[in-house]
Amino acid sequence: MEYEPVIGLEVHAQLLTETKIFCSCSTKFGAAPNSHTCPICLGMPGVLPVMNRKVVEYTIKMALATHCRINGENSFARKNYFYPDLPKGYQISQYAYPLAEDGYVDVETNGEKKRIGITRIHMEEDAGKLVHDENSPSSYVNLNRAGVPLIEIVSEPDMRNTEEAADYLRRLHEILVYLEICDGNMEEGSFRCDANISLRPKGEDKFGTRAELKNMNSFRNVQRALEYEIKRQQYILESGGEVVQETRLWDDSQGVTHSMRGKEEAHDYRYFPDPDLIPIVISGEWIEKVRETLPELPLAKRERFVREYDIPPYDAGVLTASRNLADYYEETVRLCGRPKIASNWVMGDVLGHLNEEKREIKDCTVRPPALAEMIKLIEDGTISGKIAKEVFEDMYKSGRSPKEIIEEKGLVQITDEDTLQKAIEEVLEASPSQVEQYKGGKDKLFGYFVGQVMKATRGKANPKLVNELLKKMLAD
Amino acid sequence: MITKEEVGHVAHLARLHFSEEEQDKFTSQLNDILTYIDKLNQVDTAGIPPTTHAISLNNAFREDVVKESIGRDLALTNAPDEKGSCFRVPKVIE
Repeated sequence: MEYEPVIGLEVHAQLLTETKIFCSCSTKFGAAPNSHTCPICLGMPGVLPVMNRKVVEYTIKMALATHCRINGENSFARKNYFYPDLPKGYQISQYAYPLAEDGYVDVETNGEKKRIGITRIHMEEDAGKLVHDENSPSSYVNLNRAGVPLIEIVSEPDMRNTEEAADYLRRLHEILVYLEICDGNMEEGSFRCDANISLRPKGEDKFGTRAELKNMNSFRNVQRALEYEIKRQQYILESGGEVVQETRLWDDSQGVTHSMRGKEEAHDYRYFPDPDLIPIVISGEWIEKVRETLPELPLAKRERFVREYDIPPYDAGVLTASRNLADYYEETVRLCGRPKIASNWVMGDVLGHLNEEKREIKDCTVRPPALAEMIKLIEDGTISGKIAKEVFEDMYKSGRSPKEIIEEKGLVQITDEDTLQKAIEEVLEASPSQVEQYKGGKDKLFGYFVGQVMKATRGKANPKLVNELLKKMLAD
Repeated sequence: MITKEEVGHVAHLARLHFSEEEQDKFTSQLNDILTYIDKLNQVDTAGIPPTTHAISLNNAFREDVVKESIGRDLALTNAPDEKGSCFRVPKVIE
């Protein structure tokens, strides 16, 4: 029987605020254990949590960017469970009244467009961090992260294969980073994803029993874990068994998922309204004020690049991968006026070098004015495209301007016919047997002559002119 | 009505341990409380939006400005056990 996977994703994104959600402790990563704590985030009795306004604003931003309905009144609840990383014995979260509901993200998978629904977006506090001792029966609790603001973005079970799931995640990640409300760092846990997945016979409407997957810390691992889980559930169903509803942990080193615990009791969270926190009322005016601060989002930027710069959608996709990269490209185009050539250079040499060194565009030594100047020098024939590669290398390493490099190294393109003619004559004189063979019909040798001329001129000859002159001179 | 099993379940979730006698007593007491509270169900609430809070106050916010934390030593003062500036607890493994 053919089975169809049904996938829904829950993403936790850490918001880029200076302080925690309910107290004024710093959220900075990497501080000494328990140094960013106070009676509120330590869960001392009798304290009063007070909501960070920026957390609400950031969540409204995300809600608007994902076309959600914003609930004019929303409130916090207590989710009760015991775990050592949760000092209060409950997590403050939103339950019955989340900030936003019913949105969507558009994705494109293998050329096919699809709209993935978003069920809800709610605000909550993060738990602390646990480190387990390998040599003694102890765990160590660091509460610096306790109370750091998170938003949880819950998708509809709309995805039908692992590629769609990965694409949805990438789009969501991109939006959060574009909005500058989350740094998107998956390894440090600023962007975490849990997945719900079940199988059903193709054509069936009812969902099968699902498993919840956790502990995937990269896009690739999310996809791998889902692929493994599809195989596992398919095997169970095909051998007449039943999938158990449970939480499973992804094991990266072994490439498998392990059962974590039965979900029945773990899910008895006994939510109730948190009496310490009063409702949040969001006016239309507030929403509009936040809307004005929204940047152009990745999808809109992509479409505009295709329209405005007449570049292929693929190029637009690469160039809009981050706001900084898109700005870099646009600045270069503004200064040189050649969108397609600029796109080739940015996607090829610029990103090639940066990716190799795992550096970001903002750290690129070649800034848009220098790149634009170099493109102009190619366009006006001062240097050839081939020489430009060499010039770029130097620019990237030294941070010098292209003009300076060209002058110093004497790389100006030779377009003077007399000079080229002389160079060609010398090449032909030095290769009498090749000339004879060429005249005898071995056309392929033409490339050899071009190569020799380029070599003789250290690559500076204008290739178009060399071709023309060579043809003429060999025909004589 | 709440059953003795439910009382036992809730007690377990709260990590509380009761004798049989105590469970009987709490079941009966909780039922008295629930019966009393149930009077609220007689009120016609059609068309009234649900309330999560009894006070009519909204939007108490603070600005996103860092204030000094209390420091590790003070944070760990009440810890029954500690090591390397962390709270030390019996090992938990999922």
